[in-house]
Amino acid sequence: MANTDFRTCSLSGLKIHRSSELLIRWNLIAAFATLAVGGLMGLLVLLTRWPSVHLLPVEHYYRFLTAHGLDALLAWIIFFEIALVHFTSAVLLGTRSYVTWLGWVAFALMLIGGALINTIVVLGRADVMFTSYVPLKADPLYYLGVILFAVGALIGFIHFFINIVLSKRDGGFKRSLPLGSFGLAAASIIGILTLAHGAAIFLPTLLWSMDVIPTIDPSAYRLVFWGLGHSSQQINVCAMVAVWYMTSAFVVGGKPVNEKLSRTAFVLYILFINLASEHHLLVDPVLSSWHKVVNTSYMMHLAVLASMIHAFAIPASMEVALRKQGYTRGLFEWLKKAPWGNPAFSGVIISIVLFGFLGGITGVIFGTEQFAIIRHNTFAITGHFHGTVVAGTTIAFMAFTYLLIPFIFKRELIWKGFASIQPWLYGAGVATLSIGMMSAGSFGVPRRHYDITFSGAPFSFTFDPAIDMFMSMMGVGGVLAAAGGFLFILIAFGSIIFGKKMEQR
Amino acid sequence: MAIHEPERIWWNPLSKDERVWVGVALIWMLVSFIFMPVYHLVGSQNPPSTTYSVKADDFDKLVEGMVGKYKVGEENGFPVVHPDPSEPVFIRASMWQWYPILELEKGKTYKVHLSSIDIQHGFSLQPINMNLMALPGYDYVIKLTPTSTGEFHIVCNEYCGVGHHTMVGKMYVK
Ligand code: HEM
Ligand SMILES: [Cu+2]
Ligand SMILES: [Cu+2]
Repeated sequence: MANTDFRTCSLSGLKIHRSSELLIRWNLIAAFATLAVGGLMGLLVLLTRWPSVHLLPVEHYYRFLTAHGLDALLAWIIFFEIALVHFTSAVLLGTRSYVTWLGWVAFALMLIGGALINTIVVLGRADVMFTSYVPLKADPLYYLGVILFAVGALIGFIHFFINIVLSKRDGGFKRSLPLGSFGLAAASIIGILTLAHGAAIFLPTLLWSMDVIPTIDPSAYRLVFWGLGHSSQQINVCAMVAVWYMTSAFVVGGKPVNEKLSRTAFVLYILFINLASEHHLLVDPVLSSWHKVVNTSYMMHLAVLASMIHAFAIPASMEVALRKQGYTRGLFEWLKKAPWGNPAFSGVIISIVLFGFLGGITGVIFGTEQFAIIRHNTFAITGHFHGTVVAGTTIAFMAFTYLLIPFIFKRELIWKGFASIQPWLYGAGVATLSIGMMSAGSFGVPRRHYDITFSGAPFSFTFDPAIDMFMSMMGVGGVLAAAGGFLFILIAFGSIIFGKKMEQR
Repeated sequence: MAIHEPERIWWNPLSKDERVWVGVALIWMLVSFIFMPVYHLVGSQNPPSTTYSVKADDFDKLVEGMVGKYKVGEENGFPVVHPDPSEPVFIRASMWQWYPILELEKGKTYKVHLSSIDIQHGFSLQPINMNLMALPGYDYVIKLTPTSTGEFHIVCNEYCGVGHHTMVGKMYVK
């Protein structure tokens, strides 16, 4: 291994190899680009759902909604996670990314798959939403795109294990992984299991769309699809929690108070999280009630317990670290003196609070039989997952970006003032959007619906007038979120291109 | 630190704060978990689970049979049907209608059979906001006892193509 290919980051002290640096950079660039596209689609969809604007024509609404789900949920999040794979399995350990060609194969497959999906959707040959419930049929190339992307992601997650095995050989670590890497190990294990479900459902569906297989059972499709669709949210949770711990370490020097506790919590995710996937099927025919109860139970809610543990351990690690820095007066001096102006820090705090209170709690509630029947497919569900995957994961990843740009791109952030308000703007926007959606949904307003005044329907129905306020709340929140998202994209790309180059040793 | 390898021995006992937190959280989790089966047994808001498999043609015949026997009127081209509670009742989802219009009696218990003859639809009864999936090939049986009278609407809340937002049906309880 040529030592000259390593550099030491002057800010973090990390030993960074050229191979990892390039892989991380390109995965991040792809992530930011897909977030930009996905966010723009989100804004257009939002402006259509907002009754007083009702922007798009009907076909475009469904088309862009399909693209929004795929670009934001699939592409942005997973590209970022593959960047995290290399960050935690090489950079944190001070070793390189091994078999780099494989990393590039993964990246290329994801890129080609993502481009194919977007092309087919924009051409209007896959107006099927990201769930593509059979027998709604898309162009075979759409399913092919999803498969290419998923295979790329699968290789990406496998790469984690290749890296750590070889890193151990080269002395990157002796006994245990750092906690951040441990979290990504959990994410990668879940990722591999999840993407296996993806193959199990998208391969037959591809064949069916090419008329090779006559039919796909809609109920079986839903079961296996959510083995992919729900479990993959747990990749996001693990990666997000790992980012929380790592940010606490980088920004305030936080140390997990008890490694045993935090690691056990990650193991609980791996073991039990798949026992939640069936909450998507609570009001489906076919499955028995007891089957549903068991498979929505998170195994006695032990996977939820894991989140409760992290919710304790991470703020505790910050408090201990800040008190060590001398902020010991009273109960809360440490909190007052925390680096609120640092968007990496504030972003992570916002992510923790919103994920817990908006996304997490509603998830556990809506995942029960009795709530599913009064919330299924209403706007409340969309509100719930904008609390988890946007207010939680996306904000955490945005916050970590503010660290990765100097560490990995060797650039200073541009517009530091704007950067320090960005997480607040985006967080406030998404929280308002999400609460507006949840409230409207509780009155029965459906998700994925072009016109809740039902123009052209044989019978007219009017929702409770209270929804006007909640739909406007969603609209205003969404516009704020879009502004915050746009600001993020400007800062990220602006810093990569125009940021001041940093001196390196 | 989360970014460094932990010290040699990291399998340390939990401190008191941690034990209290984990203990309280665990109890909370167990209580909320136990209520899942408990509510299923004592509650009255459970999603049904009786299902038969059915071919679209056969389901269609059952629907038309009921309409032929119990039709009492017509509204916007949709038959209004007043079925006998002792017989099965059918609701058919298709792109993009809920067929027919049922007229039920308050306090009587019906077995409502729900199915789709083309793609997936979402049965969303408003304004009470009761939501169930209608899948092609499956007959989902809902034991329904209306408790209030009036006019109800069925909205489709699973995306089913460009006409999705026009898929509104009606139901009366007398
Ligand atoms: C600028 C910020 C965003 C805004 C304004 C926004 C807004 C919306 C709106 C209005 C919907 C439509 C719901 C419907 O009509 O049924 C939606 C759906 C959705 N959004 Fe977002 N969103 C944003 C960011 C994100 C991000 C970052 C993600 C993922 C990480 C995401 C994931 C989703 C998903 C998965 C759906 C569901 C699509 C479907 O039902 O098929 N959104 N969003
Ligand atoms: Cu429909
Ligand atoms: Cu529909």
